Formats: sequence, C-alpha cells, structure tokens
Amino acid sequence: MKNIPGIPSLEAVDLQCTRGERTLFDGLGFTLRGGELLRISGANGSGKTSLLRIACGLLEPTRGEVRWAGENIRRLQEEFWRRLVYVGHANAIKDDLTAAENLHVACTLAGVRAQPARIGEALARLGLAGCENLPARVLSQGQRRRVALARLALSDAVPLWILDEPFAALDAAAVERVQDLITEHVSRGAAVILTTHLEARIAATLRIDLEAN
Amino acid sequence: MSINWFKYSSPQTFFPLAGKLALGFSVLALLACSVGLYLGFFVAPTDAQQGESYRIIFIHVPAAWMSMFLYVVMAFWAGLGLAFNTRLSGMMASAIAPTGALFTFIALWTGSFWGKPTWGTWWVWDARLTSELILLFLYFGFMALQAAIDDPRRADKAGAVLALVGVVNIPIIYFSVKWWNTLHQGASVSLTRSPSMAATMLTAMLIMTFGFWFYGIAAVLLRARCIMLERERLSDWAAEYAKGTA
Amino acid sequence: MMAALRCVIYRDLLLAVRRGSDVLTVLLFFVIVVSLFPLGVGPDPTLLRTIAPGVIWVAALLASMLALNRMFASDHADGALEQMLLGATPLGMTVGAKVVAHWLVSGLPLVLISPVLALQFDFPRELLGVLVLSLVLGTPVLSLIGAIGAALTLGLRGAGALLSLLVLPLYVPVLIIGAGAAEAAASGLPGHAQLLLLGALLIFAGAFAPWAAAVALRISVE
Repeated sequence: MKNIPGIPSLEAVDLQCTRGERTLFDGLGFTLRGGELLRISGANGSGKTSLLRIACGLLEPTRGEVRWAGENIRRLQEEFWRRLVYVGHANAIKDDLTAAENLHVACTLAGVRAQPARIGEALARLGLAGCENLPARVLSQGQRRRVALARLALSDAVPLWILDEPFAALDAAAVERVQDLITEHVSRGAAVILTTHLEARIAATLRIDLEAN
Repeated sequence: MSINWFKYSSPQTFFPLAGKLALGFSVLALLACSVGLYLGFFVAPTDAQQGESYRIIFIHVPAAWMSMFLYVVMAFWAGLGLAFNTRLSGMMASAIAPTGALFTFIALWTGSFWGKPTWGTWWVWDARLTSELILLFLYFGFMALQAAIDDPRRADKAGAVLALVGVVNIPIIYFSVKWWNTLHQGASVSLTRSPSMAATMLTAMLIMTFGFWFYGIAAVLLRARCIMLERERLSDWAAEYAKGTA
Repeated sequence: MMAALRCVIYRDLLLAVRRGSDVLTVLLFFVIVVSLFPLGVGPDPTLLRTIAPGVIWVAALLASMLALNRMFASDHADGALEQMLLGATPLGMTVGAKVVAHWLVSGLPLVLISPVLALQFDFPRELLGVLVLSLVLGTPVLSLIGAIGAALTLGLRGAGALLSLLVLPLYVPVLIIGAGAAEAAASGLPGHAQLLLLGALLIFAGAFAPWAAAVALRISVE
C-alpha cells in the first residue's frame, strides 16, 4: 500500500449556495488536508449534494471559491479533476454494458490505466466476482452501486475522493468493504469527503452539519 | 475625472437611472418619429418608378437596421454577462430580445406591404427579407430557450451561448441566403433595390432610424426595470419600491 | 488522452449497436420523409428530378435533428455525463468524440442510403457523386451544430421542439450550400465551389462547435 506524497489542501472559502430562491448555506468554509476525512451531514434538501458538487467544480457557488493548492479549481479544470474521484448519487452505469465494461470506461475517462486483471480484482474486492460479464441491467441496485464504487479500488493513487452517499443501497457486508476502502485511503495520506446518513465507524477528522449552519 | 463604471452595475442603483433614461428617450423617440414620419409621408417627393407606395421604406428600412443592430447589442450584453458573471448584463440581454423581435417583425410585415403593390405578391424570397425571417427565428429561439429554463442564472448563461453562436452565424446566414437568391432568380427582382435617394428621403430615413433607436432604448430600459423587479423581488430595495408605489 | 477519446467513441458505438433501434429509427424516418414528397407534389419526373437534391437534403436535416436528443440525454440521466465533465480530457475533445460517434450512427447511414433514394427521383447517375459528397461533408456539420443545441436544451421540458427551433436557423447555410452543390451539378456547373464551402464550414464547425457545446454542457449540468 503506497503512500500518497504530501497532497495539497482543498480549501473552501466563504461559500454561498443559492438554489432558486433558497439560500442553502452562506459563509461556509473548510480546509481539508491529506490524511483527513470530512463528513458532511444534514437532512434531505439541506444542500449536502450541492456542497459536494461545488467542491468538485460541477456547480459554481453564488459567492466564494474552492481552492486546490491555493488556486481556484474552476481555473485549474482538468489539472484538478485528474486528482479527483467523484461518485455521486447517480451510478453512471450503462445498462447495456457489462460490469467490467462499465468499470473500464469509468477508469479510462478518468485517466486511470485499467488492465482487465485489475478490473476483475476491483470488482471482486467489492464482492462482485463472477458478475464481470453480466450486463448491468440484470444487476440489483446494490450491485450496481458496488460497480460504481469499484472505481475506488482502482483509484489508490488519486488524492481526493468525494463521495455522495456511498453506502446507499448497500447491505451490511458491502458497507464494511467500502468503509475499509475509505479508511485505507485516508491512512495512505489522501483526503476524502463524504456524506452519509449512516453512523459510520470511520472516524471523521472534520464534520460539517448543514442544518446547524 | 475618474468614472466609476461599476456604480451602476447593480440592479439596485441602475433601477432609478433606467427609469429616468427611459422617460427621456421616450420623449426623444416621439419627437424623432413624428418628424421622420412627417418628412417621409408628406414632404419627400413621389418616386418616379414606384409612386406613393415606396414610402413604406421609411418604416421598413430603419426597422430592419434596428433588428440587426439590436441582435448584436443583445449578444454583446449576453457575452459580457457570461464572461464576468454579472446579473445586470443578463437582464439587459433578456430585455432586448422582445424589442429586437418586434422590429424584425415590423421589417417583415412592412416588406410584405411594399411587395404587394410593387411586385404583386405578398412575399418575395428576397435575400434581405429571407435573412430577416431567419433573424426572427433566432430571436424566437433565444426567447423560447430563456422561457423554458426556470433558474434565471442558467437561463442567462444558456441564452448567452445561443446569442453568441447566433451572432457568429448571422454573416454566414446572410451571405449564403444572398448567394441562394442570386442563383435562383434570373432578373434581380429585389425589394432591396431602393429608389435613388433624394436628400429629403435620406434625411427622413435617418431621422426615423434615430426615432426607432430611441424607442428601442426606452422600451428595453422599461422592460429591464420589470425584469429587475421580478428577479430581485425578495431584496429590500424592491420591497421598498413596491411599498412606495403601492 | 487519445485512449479516453477512443473509449468514448467505442462506448457510444457499442451502446448503439446493442440498442439497435436508434439507427433504424433515424434511417426509416429519412426514407419515409423522402417518399412523402412525390406523394405531395405529384409524380411528374421532371419536377422530381429538379427537387431531388433539396428534398433529400431537407429530409437528412430533419432526420439528423431527430437524433440529436440522444446525444447527451441518456448520459445526463444516468450520471455518466457528470463523470465526463470531471474527466481527465478537456471536455471540448470529449464532446468532439461524442459527435463523431453520433454522426457514425445517425449521419453516415443517411449518406449511404441517399443514392438509392436519389434514384427514386430519377436523379442522373453521374451526379450522384456530388450529392453524396455534399452529404458526407454536410451531415457532420449538422451534428456539430446540433450538439450545441442539444447541450443547451439538456433536461428541459419540451426539449425536442425547442431544440428544433434553436438549431434550424443555424442549419440554413448548410442546407443552402449542400443542396446547392447537387443543384449546380444538375445545371451543368461543377459543384466544386459549394463542396469547398461545405468543407470550410466543416472545419470551422469542427474547431468551434465542440467548445461551445462544452460550455453549454457545463451550464446545463449546474
């Protein structure tokens, strides 16, 4: 398990997010360094997903900015996104492709080299051994979520993981596996941001509760 | 003297200024149009070839010029809003579109009125008229896109992309239509072959252009005020304004 | 980066093949629309011969537009589009790759079947080359311009009709020049000027449309 050399910090400065007429949060800031895990909690509709999308660079905040190594991520674009894995609510899984094909596409688009052997290993790590050549259409919700999360097993060199409800639709065994992946990654010196309802046994270094804000 | 360009870049400060400007330009527009129409319809001499019916060009040509000019201005404001993420620029672009569409429609309609007595048909596939028709579709497209998007910020930005793509395409569209027109028509039966301009005719047309321009500014500013009130209705200044005029 | 772009094209083609129906729908629409015209204007061979290039071009344009929604909609629905926005390759290039795949599925079949349809109109055999070449150069431009429209109207209600309104005015130059090529050839002039112009439009659109569509995608996904 290789360690990721000192990674730059992800800084959120004075973020304000307004969707429609509601201001979801205002004046929000945090600094996330390597080896830290940020957990964002709050009720449905409190802006957790919006905050994650702002942190990724998908959504532009109405005020404030997010910086990676001191530079605005919207200016860095691909440079930042190469150092990021984002697993959102949607699985980004194509029904007509097999699990292995889906994973291969996801990795190639992210710039991660993925040989077939490693793909098989990653799927096995998430408990999907034997499902590699099944079209995603026949997989259950939980299995599809695991195919989406299998990317993480191939992303040990990626310094920042941003995960939106990673444990949704997973059974207890799968939750364990994913928690292991995340804990390992943090101990490698990487940074992880996640939202979850579950009282995970992963120790969060930082917590942001959007309802309190 | 240093001009604070950004003083009026927020809806709150621009709102009262827009009101005063709109009033001023409305008066000027009324004056200019009255003078222009009088010159055009009563003073300018009868045309040797087309008789009295040519007088419609005093409305047709200025309207056509304004329709094209306003599209470029709209694209400019929209582009500014996209580049600098300013709210007011997007509002101005949205305010311009209906007035631009109106002028395009007037140009088309008056072109039709010109065609009937002159060439016997209500519509001629003349290069300029056809380009105006496509311009009308471009305006409608812009308005339809903005109407279909609920989030005003996304609407502004999407409209900006469309307006910029449109403005780049307008020369291409115009030249391709012109080429198509010359290829398909033997004799140049053209609405655009305007009668040789007597000085009064030219003056009248220029005055009408200014009249339309001033009207355009006034209408756009008034519409922009409505848009500002609507978008900022939850802010303090809008609430106070509403109370003040209630 | 080339690996990622090849992957995007391969993926889209694979999906189209496994779905199957998409290619056929567009093709059938094209054939049906072309067949409607003689039914509408009468079977007079001289008339049909004159209108053949225009009819085929308009039908290709409409069929191409029908397929545009597909470009980004399904990726948007299952979250794959977001991943492309966060990908390691510049979004403009990814969009370019998607347009290539889209053209291979929705544009190329039209081009390949056009000679058969032209013969239905008794279009002279010697001039088929110009017609097909004009479509080969023109249909990618339609896909490129259409990509911008598809990106702008992503996820909106009534997206299909709105897309047509946005995109058709921009299609007009391509239609005029494209149909003009075969028409010129039919009147005895070489259609070279139009074909060269189409080529220029293709290069221009190829250079700028993917980037405009990329900007539009980021706006639409927010």
